[in-house]
Amino acid sequence: MPDNQVGSAEIARIFKNESGRAVATLVRRFGDIDIAEEAVQEAFVEAVRRWPSDGMPPSPAGWIITTARNRAIDNRRRESKRDDRQRQAHDLVPTDEPEEIEIVDDDQLRLIFTCCHPALSPEAQVALTLRLIGGLQTPEIARAFLTSEPTMAQRIVRAKKKIKKANIPYRIPGDAELPNRLRPVLSIIYLIFNEGYLATSGGELVRADISTEAIRLGRLLAGLMPDEPEVAGLLGLMLLTEARRPARTDENGNLITLRDQDRSLWTTAFIEEGHEIVAACVRRNRPGPYQLQAAIAAVHTDAAAADNTDWDQIVALYTQLAVLAPTPIVELNRAIAIAESGDTTAALGLVGQLDLDDYYLYHATVGDLLERVGRHREAAEAFTRAGELTNNESERRHLMTRESKARSAAAG
Amino acid sequence: MSQYLLSVHYVEGEEPPSDAVMQQMFADVDTLNQKMQDNGVWVFAGGLETPDTATVVRSENGEILTTDGPFAEAKEQIGGFWVIEAGDLDEALDWASQATVACRGPVEVRPFQDEPES
Repeated sequence: MPDNQVGSAEIARIFKNESGRAVATLVRRFGDIDIAEEAVQEAFVEAVRRWPSDGMPPSPAGWIITTARNRAIDNRRRESKRDDRQRQAHDLVPTDEPEEIEIVDDDQLRLIFTCCHPALSPEAQVALTLRLIGGLQTPEIARAFLTSEPTMAQRIVRAKKKIKKANIPYRIPGDAELPNRLRPVLSIIYLIFNEGYLATSGGELVRADISTEAIRLGRLLAGLMPDEPEVAGLLGLMLLTEARRPARTDENGNLITLRDQDRSLWTTAFIEEGHEIVAACVRRNRPGPYQLQAAIAAVHTDAAAADNTDWDQIVALYTQLAVLAPTPIVELNRAIAIAESGDTTAALGLVGQLDLDDYYLYHATVGDLLERVGRHREAAEAFTRAGELTNNESERRHLMTRESKARSAAAG
Repeated sequence: MSQYLLSVHYVEGEEPPSDAVMQQMFADVDTLNQKMQDNGVWVFAGGLETPDTATVVRSENGEILTTDGPFAEAKEQIGGFWVIEAGDLDEALDWASQATVACRGPVEVRPFQDEPES
């Protein structure tokens, strides 16, 4: 019995970590996602069969890629031999020389840009990214997005078909297109993160796994594109948000607002890493929306207590963000920061101009601001509206509590 | 190389552009056609008459049935198209970007099926 013994759970873990790179390498070599995926899957089966008795190979990553490459060549050879018999063609068979297959970091970056190609729907982009880059299986992705397994499987099949039929290339966009093409990549990773951080429906508030996966993708991308400050900004933003997860809910799963969170529960390691990233972004001085949001999160996590928050700094950052990304949501957050820095009247004036009637957090914010100026009856109405609009059970309970408090205040 | 259909869509009944805009549009499309030909991507292109000039022919129970068209009773119709040959979708999308600017309408990019192997 070899001393480098390995169980099937360990093999599955290794494959999850390594399959993204293996698939990307094989896509470059064979130009086809299905061939690559099938070959990596076969290598996994081979590993489960051999590793427990033979022991783990010295370089599991290299073993996976070499084995998968050989399987893909075998599969192709079998197919072309079958074709041969049908049409007497030849020379389709690859050489018997086992070529060295080089692992190139760019392979994964290429594949990320294919997965997040704007010609694919955002749902397909998410599914492909998690599966091909993240190494997640279809059932896991379906669970994370509250979709049935057949629906998710069909979505992936259709996306792969479109890549093939429409000939979506595997390539890193040139400098001129990069800003436009990087944006969907970042937004897909952030969307995956948020799906895990705050489920949009269902009773479960947090699904840590999927956020962890998004952070892993963010780290991977930051390693592949070290010169893109927005990539670093996104990673910083996710880390500083994730750091607060342990304090976000009480034992009953109810949401705890930032102000009321027990800050000693925050994950120090994530905060430290996030702060380092934000500091590096500030030094680089090429601000963008993700970097500014990370900087805002950094200001929050800098405060040992909610009352020590440097709200003037946050207002300044939101004002900068509103210039780069002028959306009503940013304005809403800017209004909250203005209120926190002491000017509730100005904040109320600002939210009054926003067109966010379908957004529950808008009504929740309006309710909160009205409460502060003692307009309890109107505040209660705003909380009611917010409660009607949210799909999240925990959020709804929180809003109902605030509504009844506002009603009692109005009555008293 | 893959072939792509770049079809120009418009909504029927919408106010047509002024003569001056129309003339400019024709000129821009001509320029683009020339550019496509110079780059070796142009296969075929053409503008279509309005859908009320269309006729539909179908075979039912061995009989040919001819009716006044168009086939799709949709508000969105095809006004014209290009067939181009491009290396990949990104190249096709780049031509489509120029096409939508030239013809002032949304352009759908659709790959042709691979030619069946002989």
